[in-house]
Amino acid sequence: MSDLETFRAEARAWLEENCPAEMRTPAKGDEDVCWGGRNFVFQSDAQKLWLERCVAKGYTVPDWPKAYGGAGLSPQETKVLRQEMAKLGCRSPLNSFGIWMLGPALLKFGTEEQKVHYMGQIARGEIRWCQGYSEPGSGSDLVSMQTFGEDKGDHWVVNGQKIWTSYADKADWIFCLVRTDKTNKYQGISFLLFDMETPGVTTKPIKLISGNSPFCETFFDNVVVPKHQIVGELNRGWDVAKYLLGHEREMISGMGGDGGVTSIGAAMKAVLSEEPVLRAQMALFDVENLTFRAHGERFMDEWKTGKAHPAYSNLMKYVGTELNKKRNELVMSIGGTQALEWESERSNGGSKARNWLRTKANSIEGGTSEVMLNVVSKRILEMPGA
Amino acid sequence: MAMTLNDDQNMLRESARDFMASEAPVTHFRKFRDMGCKDGFSHGLWKQFAEMGFTGILIPEAEGGMGMGQIEAGIVLEEIGRNLSPSPFLTTSVAAVEALKLADKAMRDRWFPGILAGETVIGIAIEEGVKHRPEKIACVAERSGNGFKLTGHKQFVVQGTSSDMLIVAARTAGAVGETDGLTLFAVDKDAAGLSMEAARLVDSAMAAHVKLEGVQVNADAVIGDVDGGWAVLSKMLDAGRVGAAAEMVGVGTGAMDMTFDYLKTRKQFDRVIGEFQALQHRAAHLYGEMEGARSIVLKAQSLMDEGHAKAELYVAAAKAKAGLACNLAVREGVQMHGGIGMTDEYDIGLYMKRDRGLNEFFGDAYYHADRVATMNGY
Ligand SMILES: Cc1cc2nc3c(=O)[nH]c(=O)nc-3n(C[C@H](O)[C@H](O)[C@H](O)COP(=O)(O)OP(=O)(O)OC[C@H]3O[C@@H](n4cnc5c(N)ncnc54)[C@H](O)[C@@H]3O)c2cc1C
Ligand SMILES: Cc1cc2nc3c(=O)[nH]c(=O)nc-3n(C[C@H](O)[C@H](O)[C@H](O)COP(=O)(O)OP(=O)(O)OC[C@H]3O[C@@H](n4cnc5c(N)ncnc54)[C@H](O)[C@@H]3O)c2cc1C
Repeated sequence: MSDLETFRAEARAWLEENCPAEMRTPAKGDEDVCWGGRNFVFQSDAQKLWLERCVAKGYTVPDWPKAYGGAGLSPQETKVLRQEMAKLGCRSPLNSFGIWMLGPALLKFGTEEQKVHYMGQIARGEIRWCQGYSEPGSGSDLVSMQTFGEDKGDHWVVNGQKIWTSYADKADWIFCLVRTDKTNKYQGISFLLFDMETPGVTTKPIKLISGNSPFCETFFDNVVVPKHQIVGELNRGWDVAKYLLGHEREMISGMGGDGGVTSIGAAMKAVLSEEPVLRAQMALFDVENLTFRAHGERFMDEWKTGKAHPAYSNLMKYVGTELNKKRNELVMSIGGTQALEWESERSNGGSKARNWLRTKANSIEGGTSEVMLNVVSKRILEMPGA
Repeated sequence: MAMTLNDDQNMLRESARDFMASEAPVTHFRKFRDMGCKDGFSHGLWKQFAEMGFTGILIPEAEGGMGMGQIEAGIVLEEIGRNLSPSPFLTTSVAAVEALKLADKAMRDRWFPGILAGETVIGIAIEEGVKHRPEKIACVAERSGNGFKLTGHKQFVVQGTSSDMLIVAARTAGAVGETDGLTLFAVDKDAAGLSMEAARLVDSAMAAHVKLEGVQVNADAVIGDVDGGWAVLSKMLDAGRVGAAAEMVGVGTGAMDMTFDYLKTRKQFDRVIGEFQALQHRAAHLYGEMEGARSIVLKAQSLMDEGHAKAELYVAAAKAKAGLACNLAVREGVQMHGGIGMTDEYDIGLYMKRDRGLNEFFGDAYYHADRVATMNGY
């Protein structure tokens, strides 16, 4: 048996022994997802136990180094672990922006102390993070952002406003882009970390078209941020921000439904067999879905061996989010009038309709589809022009 | 398996790329087209393919071939596609060889040496209607003497009149529409009662309409099992499908690269047209489609090489996706070239024609999307 196959057997045995049965059923909604953090309320003992066991094993962040709370797995081993988790239907023990976005940025730009401290907290699910990038006047053109940090010797005093800050009202800390030099557009931004309980930070939830309210306006009024809470160099936060966006895109592009290749068509057979045009749309969608999974697999294999173009995640984000939107359009069409129900128990609180509406944000958040296409055409295809 | 090519495969790709670009570029294709060549390809080039080892790429090493898999055959096909190199490679070295691998030793010994030498061409005689419907085969093979008598017609037999042998699928049992009861036969081109009429296709390839009027073959002409031909046929068709998909990745990429180069040089409104966002977005979208096609084709090839149970599903998806993406590439290609894209002198139109042929070969994108739906349980 190859080393990888030995690892597979071990991982499977560990999962079978440690993943509670309840955590092997699909999560029904956002409330079943463990986000961790100071204020997180576990939905069940099984959820808590599953997190604790994964934390002890380093499996909340399997590919992070052991020193920072991970299990130190190679990319191949991580892939195998995920495959085995998928086979058993294991839920993710912990979801967080810390894992998907901040962690990788800290690993590249953080000091040793920051890695041990912040990455460890993330790995253990102790601190929940939010992302303070967008501002009312700065969305796609993010670099025009204005939130300002005034230098006061050993600290900055931050004033300004962020918007669309996902889960800002539930998060413990924020990673935030703050202008520290007004004279230099790109090299005048710093990447700061601070506690959302710092005096002067307030949040105001915004309701989405899905009826849910996962994000906020976030206001900073003379917020004091100590100087050691910067990641990377002063005024070089844009580099960190861009690097992190690459990981964010990877996460959002992977949201193409169940994360797998299983077709939703079989369960909808009764409807599809009487609707030939809809069945044909579903069939073409399945072709695209199988394609995207294979594409993602190839991209990850190339990414991890350093062969992928650095801007390639922009392409995956574009393809994956457009696909997910298409999938939800089909779910709505197949669901018919039943899928229109918004509040009934029968419809699980309107989950189909709410999910459908939520997915419309996929091609906006983390960089819009149009911006992704701009980047692909300029950086990968090297098309001329500004 | 990792979804990246290994060192050996990268080397093969380089040598196939150099070979096609220098020995069989688009000018080679044009030359044979313009001389009205009755074969639609060069026998000399086919011999050179053999010298490179390409013709026997899928033939086992023990029988003199390279003993490689669909990934490697696909590497050669992609370069064929990119250069529009005309050859019997897809039908003879991919589809026919996969069928013959399931034949008995006597049959393999009869045909493999000629294929390895670049002397033999084999035609695939499956289609009977204008669309791919292998289960609807109606051509009949009745028992007669120590063998069978074949009666029926076939069409879209690519390079049929240039072939030394035809692989003919006929019904020995069962009703039209059933997959059971089919049998594959190796029929010599000179067999009595066999007649062919060649037609030139839109992509300048030659394809034959074949009449079988009581063609007598011996029992040893059967490939695989009598009545159990579906197994051989499926293997042959899937190899041909994933091969055509790989060739379409080449055709689409060739068309796309040519178009992107054009966008970077053509000036209108005092600007290089590649500066216009309307074109940039379409270019980026097209690139994504071709990258997706490349990925699913590689996935299908590797699952076939592993003998994976899901290979059939992925081959169908790959043929469908490669068909859709390549078709987009040639349509965008002609459009973005403007008026010049409509001229015979410019190459982009040739890519459009080849795409059309490959899309129809062994089932188009709609046929295969339908199969994906069926295999997915709806
Ligand atoms: C659900 C959700 C969650 C979010 N979470 C966060 C978060 O946690 N933290 C955070 O900081 N931000 C978050 N965002 C904000 C998100 O990053 C921005 O919405 C996004 O960057 C787009 O900015 P905008 O909304 O200002 O749109 P605009 O930039 O105003 O874009 C409007 C339209 O113009 C198009 N457009 C803009 N520029 C170009 C161009 N150059 N070429 C072609 N078309 C162009 C866009 O594609 C879009 O269609 C979230 C957004 C959503 C929807
Ligand atoms: C069959 C045929 C018959 C014709 N007959 C005649 C005739 O009788 N008399 C005559 O005078 N002409 C004729 N034409 C020429 C025709 O009008 C031109 O081909 C057409 O105007 C396009 O110009 P072009 O070919 O130079 O393409 P280009 O202008 O070079 O365009 C190339 C590509 O760039 C795109 N593009 C260009 N500018 C922009 C922009 N600003 N934004 C976004 N995209 C852009 C185009 O849409 C196209 O896809 C004929 C053409 C054809 C194909």
